[in-house]
Amino acid sequence: MQTRSLEILVGFFVCLGVAAVFVMTFRVASLDTVGRGEGTYSVSGVFQNIGGLKVGASVTMAGVKIGRVRDIEIDPSSFQARVSIDISKRYDKIPEDTSAKILTAGLLGDQYIGLEPGGMDDYLADGSELTLTQGALVLENLIGQFVAGQSDSKEDKLAEAIGQLADSLKSSSEAKQGAHP
Amino acid sequence: MTGSIAIISNLLSGLGRAQFFLFNILSAIGPALLRPRIIVRQIYMIGVQSLVIIVISGMFIGMVLALQMANTLDRFGAEDSVGVIVALAVIRELGPVVAGLLFAGRAGSALAAEIGLMRATDQLSAMEMMAVDPMRRVVAPRFIAGLISLPLLTAIFSLMAIGVAGGHLIAVDLLGGDSGTYWSQIHANVELSDLRQCFVKAGVFGMVVNWIAMYQGYNAPPTSEGVSNATTSTVVVSSLSILALDFVLTAFMFS
Amino acid sequence: MSGEQTSEDLLVSVRELNFGYANRVIYDGINVDIRRGKVTAIMGPSGTGKTTLLRIIGGQWHPSHGQVLFDGVDVHRESRRGLYRLRQRMGMLFQNGALLTDLTVFENVAYPLREHTKLPDSMIRDIVLMKLEAVGLRGARDLYPEELSGGMARRVALARAIALDPDMVMYDEPFTGQDPISMGVLMRLIRSLNQSLGITSIVVSHDVGEVLSISDYAYIVSAGKVLDHGTPDQIRNSKSELVQQFLQGRPDGPIPFHYKAEPLTSELMGDAQ
Repeated sequence: MQTRSLEILVGFFVCLGVAAVFVMTFRVASLDTVGRGEGTYSVSGVFQNIGGLKVGASVTMAGVKIGRVRDIEIDPSSFQARVSIDISKRYDKIPEDTSAKILTAGLLGDQYIGLEPGGMDDYLADGSELTLTQGALVLENLIGQFVAGQSDSKEDKLAEAIGQLADSLKSSSEAKQGAHP
Repeated sequence: MTGSIAIISNLLSGLGRAQFFLFNILSAIGPALLRPRIIVRQIYMIGVQSLVIIVISGMFIGMVLALQMANTLDRFGAEDSVGVIVALAVIRELGPVVAGLLFAGRAGSALAAEIGLMRATDQLSAMEMMAVDPMRRVVAPRFIAGLISLPLLTAIFSLMAIGVAGGHLIAVDLLGGDSGTYWSQIHANVELSDLRQCFVKAGVFGMVVNWIAMYQGYNAPPTSEGVSNATTSTVVVSSLSILALDFVLTAFMFS
Repeated sequence: MSGEQTSEDLLVSVRELNFGYANRVIYDGINVDIRRGKVTAIMGPSGTGKTTLLRIIGGQWHPSHGQVLFDGVDVHRESRRGLYRLRQRMGMLFQNGALLTDLTVFENVAYPLREHTKLPDSMIRDIVLMKLEAVGLRGARDLYPEELSGGMARRVALARAIALDPDMVMYDEPFTGQDPISMGVLMRLIRSLNQSLGITSIVVSHDVGEVLSISDYAYIVSAGKVLDHGTPDQIRNSKSELVQQFLQGRPDGPIPFHYKAEPLTSELMGDAQ
């Protein structure tokens, strides 16, 4: 029957299309559920300057993604940025004195939060606060420092600025390689 | 002066009629879903018949994009990023837009001509006189078929452009890049929201093309000139609508 | 046929019907009565909107004034659902058949049955074959509409129109462009369907002789008015100049040969100045 072959063709077409959608979702897009939905706990930290950090940015430890930035707001008392992050429940033994840094993937890439574990025996739990934080290195400020240092011809300030820049590049490129294995 | 007023009022009344037409379609969708066989037939006419053109153009678009990017990126030592750029360009813009334009040319024009001829040969009137609502039996099934077909066609198009034959063929097989790097770069940089955006666009374009095509066909004067004009203006209007809507949707979904 | 009888035994009555496009009046208050079980002819020159009348009776178009009663129900005051129920009792034969081109002859005739009944396939098949037998095209059931001649397409459309056993069939210009043989076939079909099944028929046409020979009653319509009506004999003996011009096909008369224009001489003189 003619309708039969037609229906088979349509079925084939729909299968092909759905298969394409699936391949796109799993092969092409990054379907990671870290930091989304259940199985997370929330901690927050206050940063002096978050630079270009956005909601949804990744939170890594030793280069491994363990969470996401959930919310960014201004702390009403200190006028600093309060960043809430969701960390996967799988990583529930993170020392309480862990420090958080805002880092950049590459020289001009996206910004993310890197956690460096401390050594205490108490662990971060839902609602904990990260007290050791370091804000984003804003490139303009660094260059400003560098230029100011040059005009004042203070060698040590120049060296310090360059050293800072080099550090940030080094750590961020390490992080970049680690973040996308 | 009166001429321009007449043109504007014609334009507005046309828009208004098109809106009513859309409402009629939407209200006929429920009853139309009760007859899945008609929809299947229309998916064949609209979707399956457009498959070949979609697959071939997807391949070539991906290939040419990869070739252009590879040439430029090579100068900056960033040829690893070819895959990312092809993938993002195709998923965010080119996939839905080019598939939509091809769909307008292939399926939209055929649809306008079909409906226009049904109108011209009184088939639609005959249905009405048989107490059969052509909105439910003719228009709404085609509308649903467009809504289903174009996202699927877009997925196939994008996959062709990025993976199977297009970008992958050029970047990996021709220029000797690494397949693993190609995929992992894409994987790391394409977000699920990009895909969502891609399919939302495709669905909207599918609806709009079919809406315009059937409106044009339904209101075509019952002459051969009327039908051919309906076909032409279907392709013109729906292509422009796709481009304009693409801008609007992108602006909406990126902000 | 429906059981109830209106006082005058009228199936359709058109009352004071007005209809017009933007600035052109098609009907200017006409009255037409269609008697049950009879063949009524509506004739008139081309462009007088005879087809329009059928579409108004079928509820596809709305009159600007006046009403159409079908079996006592005002067609244009019905809800959509009610209108669709009424239409199941009317069949309409379009000028070119208007068969659905993507379906076979069989499926075309089965279409209204599949849409409006829940009959099993075997029963639909029997009904369709009977209807096709009635129009003599049972053997053509697997053909597609494009494989049919014009006359055959109309016969298939007729089979489709009577598939639901309607009370009434409206024929829109059934004889236009037909050779004498298929014209004869169609005439015999209209008459025999009327006599054997008692189907009320409205025939719109301008093939005067043929239509008068099969109709019980006739209306002559021109310029939005009913010029004359009566039995075929009364029409043939009508005193109206216009009716006589129409019946005999005289090129000049009350309907002038020339389209409205200024006198030729004045226009030529005007040109010369």
